Amino acid sequence: MNSIEAAQTSDIPTAVARLSRPPKVMVTKIGLDGHDRGSRLVASFLRDAGMEVIYTGPWQQVETVVNQAAQEDVDCIGVSSLATDHLLVPKLMRALAEAGLEDVIVIVGGIVPDNEEQMLKEAGVSRVFHPGCSRNDIVDGIAELIVERRKKLGE
Amino acid sequence: MSDDLKNTTMGQDFEAARENWQDAYEQHLPNDKSRYNRSGIEIKPLYTPEDWSPDEYMPDLGFPGDAPFTRGIYPTMHRGRSWTQRQLIGLSTPDDYNARMRRIVDSGATALSMIPCNSVYRGYDIDEVDIEILGTCGTTINTIEDMETCLAGVPIGDMSVALNDPSPFTLLAFLLGVANRRDIPWTRISGTSNQSDYISHYVANHMFFRLALGGARRVFVDHVQFANERLPRWNPVSVVGQHMQQSGATPAQAMAFTLASAIQYAEDCQARGLDVDTFLPRFTFFFDISISFFEEIAKFRAGRRIWARLAKERLGAEDPRAWRFKFHAQTSGVDLTRQQPLNNIARTTAQAIAGILGGLQSMHTDAYDEVLSTPTEAAAKIAIQTQNILREEAGLTDVIDPLGGSYYVEALTDQMEEKILEAFDEIDAAGGMFEAVAKGLVQEKLGESSMEFQNRVESGEQTIVGVNAYQDDEPIPVRPLERPEREAMEKQIAKLKSFKTERSNADVERALAAMARACGDESQNVFELLVKAAEAGATHGEMCACLRQELGFGQPLIAA
Repeated sequence: MNSIEAAQTSDIPTAVARLSRPPKVMVTKIGLDGHDRGSRLVASFLRDAGMEVIYTGPWQQVETVVNQAAQEDVDCIGVSSLATDHLLVPKLMRALAEAGLEDVIVIVGGIVPDNEEQMLKEAGVSRVFHPGCSRNDIVDGIAELIVERRKKLGE
Repeated sequence: MSDDLKNTTMGQDFEAARENWQDAYEQHLPNDKSRYNRSGIEIKPLYTPEDWSPDEYMPDLGFPGDAPFTRGIYPTMHRGRSWTQRQLIGLSTPDDYNARMRRIVDSGATALSMIPCNSVYRGYDIDEVDIEILGTCGTTINTIEDMETCLAGVPIGDMSVALNDPSPFTLLAFLLGVANRRDIPWTRISGTSNQSDYISHYVANHMFFRLALGGARRVFVDHVQFANERLPRWNPVSVVGQHMQQSGATPAQAMAFTLASAIQYAEDCQARGLDVDTFLPRFTFFFDISISFFEEIAKFRAGRRIWARLAKERLGAEDPRAWRFKFHAQTSGVDLTRQQPLNNIARTTAQAIAGILGGLQSMHTDAYDEVLSTPTEAAAKIAIQTQNILREEAGLTDVIDPLGGSYYVEALTDQMEEKILEAFDEIDAAGGMFEAVAKGLVQEKLGESSMEFQNRVESGEQTIVGVNAYQDDEPIPVRPLERPEREAMEKQIAKLKSFKTERSNADVERALAAMARACGDESQNVFELLVKAAEAGATHGEMCACLRQELGFGQPLIAA
């Protein structure tokens, strides 16, 4: 199923289309690992679904991600992790809060053990996407969170 | 059909019988859909002498141990000597690594592998990065002292050592330093620089230590030259197709790009004036084995044939050892699923059989829980026992190249060869692998192929059991994972600090300055000076920083 067909099977795209500006998502990898196949695929999925995507590539510093998120006014930061870099996400959450960006959605995708998923949720991560998620799971999941966020912001 | 075949009695029977079968097939399966393998080759329902004739035996296959090596690179293959079981080991601190390694040595192992922490791959010391992620994926080795700890009680002169040691090869430098401390001559040090393929790291990012491409090229050739002159039992080059395939390349592309990289490296060494018959027999390869069973077998058989020809005709190697395509392979983690994770044991088994039938020299089987976390010891044990079962219970080593002569496998080997050469020629036309990678050509192809594969999964064209078919509600097992204790890492950082205060800083500065000067002087060998710096007490991070300063910082091409 391509993204156009996918769009017809769900009402989330309608809600997304009604937004005053397209959803804006930063897809990034923080820390030290470079496995980027997943993040590149997800960036393409989101772009194909009509979202504006900022793709940073791997090895970003937490501070750089926070600054760029503020400058670009993103709705969501998607952190991809294969080799334990998700352990840095709590640090990212603290840095976002310090910068006054608590309302930016943070999601994580990749290899995350269950007990650490719990830890990420407690740190404020909205969702964790595991291997095997379909394109629709990811696109709709993120779109839903963004529609909700915009509602809260009164947009 | 060839006229020869038509003119025999058998040929006439053959033709009639084939038509019969064709009719019956179409009658029973009127809506048969075309099928393609991952490399895009159409797979027919039946193969016969029309697809591959035994008349082609000598030019296509020959005998094991003889060019073109389609049937294997050694006369006895696995019947004479089994593949090496080489499981990767990387544990948080050098002390932890040593404890595990000693258990392995005590149980009779003659090979060891070493996986450093991701901070090492990026070119940093442990006091330069976030403590949360230290030692989660490998061992934190920053100094000659750390290497000494890792190898305490390990007879390094009698072991084959595989270092996951991307350029600039600091782990090898530490190892040679430890050998000197123990009065073990370097001529006894044997093993492989497993991750010397900087081009694949640049493309796939996994172990890229962030030296600019041109600088990495310089250090690479220096390291090969050093090994040629001083380390007769060391394999300085392992060309890694695994990263490419894990990043999305089809099996044919992965083979093509790997061969193109090998040619690039060999021609760079020749341009330096190194003798091809000295360095080429020491080249090794490292591949991924996906679950596309016959395709993988054909990939390896075709790869062997192409390499023999390239080594002989293009590189002019005369020593037959240089024509042999020696490779290690790892079962593909990309095929494993988080859903119903025990199914991964079946997947790994199928992949491993393909690798064995493909004629590998060394293998790593993935643990079934790799998609859940860094593997547990229990799962790693099943992975090893899988190899033992295949070797000693299933009889896979009894016959050399048992699929040789299969109409399907031979036809597919020919077709894979064509596909591989097509992709290889495209890289050649772009000026070789170095240029193609610098321009982003290879990265673009990987991106396309990975999207194409994902689309096949999303559309259901490619079944993945438990993910897009045969799903159930079985909950995914919850398994808390132990991470290195923060305290242990803090202690390790303290050790690094005290190491720095105890060494002679003047010696370190002199050694680093000499290495920096060598970077600007083509007549000197940067790796040789790196070994001296390591022995003088320079840390991994310091040596990498010096090289980044002198040879340029590397940034991968970002495209998505």
